[in-house]
Amino acid sequence: MSSVKKKFENNILKKIFSSHNLGDLIFERLTLLFAVSVFLLVLLMGYEMYLGSKLSIDKFGWSFLVNSTWDPVQEIYGALPIIYGTVVSSLLALIIALPLSIGVAIYLAEVAPPWLEKPLSFLVELLAGIPSVIYGLWGIFVLVPWIRTDVEPYLSDKLGFLPFFRGAPYGFGMLAAVLILSIMVLPIISSISRDVLKSVPHSQREAALALGATKWQSTIIVLKDAKSGILGATMLGLGRAIGETMAVTMVIGNRALISPSLFDPSYTMASVIANEFTEATSEMYLSALIQLALVLFVITIIINAFAHLLVWSMSRKWKTA
Amino acid sequence: MEIKLSVKNLDAYYGKNKVLNNISLNIPKNKVVAIIGPSGCGKSTFIRTLNRMHEVVGGTIKGEILLDGEDLAKTDPVLLRKRIGMVFQKPNPFPTMSIFNNVAAGLRLNGVRNKKKLTPIVEKCLKQAALWDEVKNNLDDSGANISGGQQQRLCIARTLAVDPEVILMDEPASALDPISTTKIEDLIFELKKDYTIVIVTHNMQQAARVSDYTAFFYMGELIEFSDTKKMFTSPEKQQTEDYIRGRFG
Repeated sequence: MSSVKKKFENNILKKIFSSHNLGDLIFERLTLLFAVSVFLLVLLMGYEMYLGSKLSIDKFGWSFLVNSTWDPVQEIYGALPIIYGTVVSSLLALIIALPLSIGVAIYLAEVAPPWLEKPLSFLVELLAGIPSVIYGLWGIFVLVPWIRTDVEPYLSDKLGFLPFFRGAPYGFGMLAAVLILSIMVLPIISSISRDVLKSVPHSQREAALALGATKWQSTIIVLKDAKSGILGATMLGLGRAIGETMAVTMVIGNRALISPSLFDPSYTMASVIANEFTEATSEMYLSALIQLALVLFVITIIINAFAHLLVWSMSRKWKTA
Repeated sequence: MEIKLSVKNLDAYYGKNKVLNNISLNIPKNKVVAIIGPSGCGKSTFIRTLNRMHEVVGGTIKGEILLDGEDLAKTDPVLLRKRIGMVFQKPNPFPTMSIFNNVAAGLRLNGVRNKKKLTPIVEKCLKQAALWDEVKNNLDDSGANISGGQQQRLCIARTLAVDPEVILMDEPASALDPISTTKIEDLIFELKKDYTIVIVTHNMQQAARVSDYTAFFYMGELIEFSDTKKMFTSPEKQQTEDYIRGRFG
């Protein structure tokens, strides 16, 4: 009996050694484990948040997303103004940052001579690495006073007939958040867009130039080729803007308010969570905050997944072409 | 015999690296000139200098190239490339454009937007490129969704649409299968009635089949330039003979 067992063990060992080196096998399985654990961690986080927010989900359900009262005293939690603040600040920041970023990317990928491209790209990427609290500090001490004394009075003077530019110029508010976010997403969108443009093969530019295209016309053709990748870069920027916490919290004014005016304070999901977590004394309050986190989590995961898919499919297209 | 392009004492450089040395030759009108030679002999660089595409990859030249007696260095490269078109080694259609728009691309760059004007030109060029029958029912498909041989003929049609005087072809069939290669060669034969063609090729038989004149380049020098028949039957230089007989390269 024991000889049969031994034979069986021998067979297994042989199998292991014949197909793989044992070390390689362990290495392969171990790294697989690490890779899978990242994914499991994400699932676990989602699940934990679901559990933590169960109380609030059971009480408010979907009305959590459409109710506009956020009142911890009365224990009524509707996240609409907070979601509104998040979405509006992020989208407006994108509208400002996108054209600038594409301009930067075009210059770096198509126009700049190599000796200038390298250091400039480095600087752009450096911007992305600045801690957000520093942007926030700069926002408080430089941007907000400037907005209060110059930008908002000017805007309300010239464009005050529009509902977007009415109210008292506090400085702190949606406008400051939008501006600071646009500066923060600019390096992300431009450096990824630059990579995307560079992944378009040189033969495309040559094809255009050989037809008698000007530099500008050939760039337009390259931009069309890179469209989906640039969209992906934009969405990565959006993901960053939606999740940005510190800098926004420092300048947005932190009031759950739906107002068309950019001068008014607002609030974002990330800021609410960061600001109110320590004050959340009741279970329901805590649960509502965790539900907010869950909403933010799902939105950013969807946006990022979609964005990476676009960038990835773009570079894959050219590899097979 | 009318001279279309005249190259005089041409040197070409990439940075400090000299890749062409003192090339002089005349390219006659409505003829096919084949450029042969081993890899790295400067043949691609040479045809790129003819429509200043070498500048796009950072090359510089000394010497003179005349198109109908006019110095290329004094022309606007954008206008020049409309007169001297180019077909590349690897088919490079615009994947975001339909087959129709690929052919129309050059005209659109010149500001022709009217579809009524574009349609007959696109049809004519696709017919000239012997592609019309294969794509006439799917002109709206992407230019990248056809076979490699069809893509290359699409690129030729795209070049023809700009109505150039000279067409440069940089190993246009080297990435294609034998049947597609034959189609391209037949096409070159047809095209020389209306265009002056300069073709770089690795393939000696191809040079012998399609060209009227052949230039043999070696190590950046023009070794021999003569009538194709003469070149392949009784070359003057020993080096040419060795290369043609397959003794090196």
